[in-house]
Amino acid sequence: MTTVTLYALCGVILFGIGFYGVIICRHLLRKVMALNLMGTGVFLILIALARRTPGDRPDPVPHAMVLTGIVVAVSATALALALLRRLHRETEIGDLPHDAK
Amino acid sequence: MSRLRKTELAKVGFGLIVAMIVTALGCAILALPGEESGLAGAVMLNLDQAGAKNPVTAVLLNFRGYDTLLEIAVLLLAVLGARALAVDESADDSEHFRSSINPVLIGFIRVIAPVMIIVAGYLLWVGGHAPGGAFQAGAVLASLGVLLVLADINWTQHLSDYSERILLTISLVVFLSVGLATMFNARNFLEFSPSTAKWCILLIEAVATVSIAVILLALFCCGKISNARKYHETTRGRVE
Amino acid sequence: MSFELTILGLILVPLAAGIAAFIVTRFAAILAVATALLQSLFAFRLAGYVLSNGPLRYKIGGWGAPLGIDLYVDGLSALMVIMTALVGLAVATYSTSYFAIPEHGREHRSNVDIFWPLFLILWSALNALFLSADIFNLYVTLELLTLSAIALIGLAGTVKSLQAALRYLLIAMSASLFYLLGVALLYSVYGTVDWELLGAQMQFDLPDRCAIVLICVGLLLKTALFPLHFWLPAAHANAPAPASALLSGLVLKASFYVLLRMWFDVFPYADLRAVGNLLGILGAAAIVWGSVQAIRQQHLKLLVAYSTVAQIGYLFLVFSLASEPSASWNAWNGAAYFSVSHAFAKAAAFMAAGSLVFATGSAKIDDLAGIAQQQPVTVFAFALAGVGLMGLPPSGAFLSKWLLLNASLSSGKWFFTAVILLGSLLAAIYVFRVVAKSFEAGERQPTRHVPALMQWTPLVLALLSIGLGIVATRPLELLKIGAPVAIEKTP
Repeated sequence: MTTVTLYALCGVILFGIGFYGVIICRHLLRKVMALNLMGTGVFLILIALARRTPGDRPDPVPHAMVLTGIVVAVSATALALALLRRLHRETEIGDLPHDAK
Repeated sequence: MSRLRKTELAKVGFGLIVAMIVTALGCAILALPGEESGLAGAVMLNLDQAGAKNPVTAVLLNFRGYDTLLEIAVLLLAVLGARALAVDESADDSEHFRSSINPVLIGFIRVIAPVMIIVAGYLLWVGGHAPGGAFQAGAVLASLGVLLVLADINWTQHLSDYSERILLTISLVVFLSVGLATMFNARNFLEFSPSTAKWCILLIEAVATVSIAVILLALFCCGKISNARKYHETTRGRVE
Repeated sequence: MSFELTILGLILVPLAAGIAAFIVTRFAAILAVATALLQSLFAFRLAGYVLSNGPLRYKIGGWGAPLGIDLYVDGLSALMVIMTALVGLAVATYSTSYFAIPEHGREHRSNVDIFWPLFLILWSALNALFLSADIFNLYVTLELLTLSAIALIGLAGTVKSLQAALRYLLIAMSASLFYLLGVALLYSVYGTVDWELLGAQMQFDLPDRCAIVLICVGLLLKTALFPLHFWLPAAHANAPAPASALLSGLVLKASFYVLLRMWFDVFPYADLRAVGNLLGILGAAAIVWGSVQAIRQQHLKLLVAYSTVAQIGYLFLVFSLASEPSASWNAWNGAAYFSVSHAFAKAAAFMAAGSLVFATGSAKIDDLAGIAQQQPVTVFAFALAGVGLMGLPPSGAFLSKWLLLNASLSSGKWFFTAVILLGSLLAAIYVFRVVAKSFEAGERQPTRHVPALMQWTPLVLALLSIGLGIVATRPLELLKIGAPVAIEKTP
């Protein structure tokens, strides 16, 4: 096993932990953090797999994709926090009801 | 009790599903070819045409510049969403209670602010040939803005909402205009000529730095930089 | 005007208009309607180019795939762009009246100021998505679309809408990450993200299989296929009426379009027969479950939202039916045309429902009793949209269901024949429930006056959804251009 696969496998595990958290955690703040963890996992996989080039320079395209992905993740997190803050102000509750309607 | 049991069971069951997903993905990663250069070769081949020596910057601003254009729009959307959700802060008196301004923070900002501005400028410039660029520079500037908000330094006093909206959108406007301007030379949208590519990229990045900094700061202040001012006014009034 | 300007204009004009509407709020509504008119013009011109030249590509930045990003248009994407343009025009017209009502602009005047930029950027995202040939760029456009959709739901500002928006955000963002991971895997095997190049070399090894599953799961979550639909009814029912129309009519179609594209153009779909059958069965389950839930609802907009859950099911029958070569052309056409006719009918239904909710001041179906006398136009619009949903002749949905029925008969999948017919019957029941209630005799409180645009726009859109069955030859001709090679074309 090379370093590349080790990092990529770590990314897969982070993705799994994040997905578990998004579904299982009750508190919304935790869910948002879990979502970010999931994203970090995907980014780590992209960065690790970009390092499989024969020379010493990694493939720049996945790096650019990760930068784009990070910006998207920041935007989504900011919007989630804005929603969460407003919801908390209106209800004083930090999680979602089970009844979806 | 039975309900507790049920949630525990759901957790274990879902954990198993996730473990299966992780195992399958792990096997897929192990099954990938060990050496694969992707598009690295193509990027290097066209790098001297791209106007940036740093391959990542070349991909972001030139080869896949369209993605970056849309991604700035994504950032702007977050601000729009935050603005739609913001409520009048002055009506609120439970949160953001600030007893006094920390003098250590003020002193720290005096030292760090000039350094941060220089670092941001450096990151912006260095992005042309080494890791760095508009997003990194914008993030540094935005964090300076956050420090100023925390220290209650009222630098946005003269910033109207109108000019704030212009600052938020200016990078998209410039990006679009540069892209359209390239079309006058019978080129495609966002197709920079090799001779001017460097300056087009620098212009886009410089403006993007400003917009990104303002957008990130606005996100910290619930969509509007002027919100920060408002809550300081109310809380200070209460402290005095 | 050249092809280049047309295809770029479809993406960039709404984006620029969105920015302008954000800066100069005063003219936002006029700007949006003008943009909408221009978009319809662009959309039809684009279809004209495709009809005369076949599928076309445009290299952004001049690099060309795989290094750069290409735009691509064929019959399917041109039809989707036209659908977006017409539904968008109707929603823009409706919204000028809807947000002029103080109650909807409410105490936060800022809501109106934010709606128009969001709407225009959403439009830009939709067109960018339908015209993209790059699966990573599709990820960015999907995010652009999702974030604007979430902000539109949150615009309603009620606790329920906030909860729905947050749930939608969490689900849609995890779905995006599934999709992105799939794209990452595909890139790391083939070194390209252009879907045509990918489709030419795609194998069926373990990494490919994982990527296919990840991409499918991500897109199914976003398209809300049963049983992954749980977030949809609350999100679509609690948004402001124009936003509901956009979400149900257009936003869901975007992720379905990506899946349709991937399935038949990128994935080795002959190997995916079992998965395709599973999707078909889930689609059938969605039709039955969604319709039964719609019949049981007490709130008008929830009824319409559950109807969306059901109608999405029809789209997924294609993945099972198209695996038979004899049925594939009918099934693919049926699904593509169904998504267009559903967009018209559902947007009309949501807008009519919004007008009715405003007129009565209540979201309950029971409070509609006898409203037909006071709001004849809106009730008629809702009924006509209902006809478009049931698929009675000559509506576009009738034609698409007929194509799907043909496909199910020629492939010998009788089960789907039964489900398609049952779905129409159940749709008739839930539409009839509302219409019958509104004709109920008896005294009722006078309703509020509904602005003319809020009455007539849904009616026009509903009429269009019915007219789609009559003018079907041109669109079907358009669909043939660039239709996937995997599909056996029979006239």
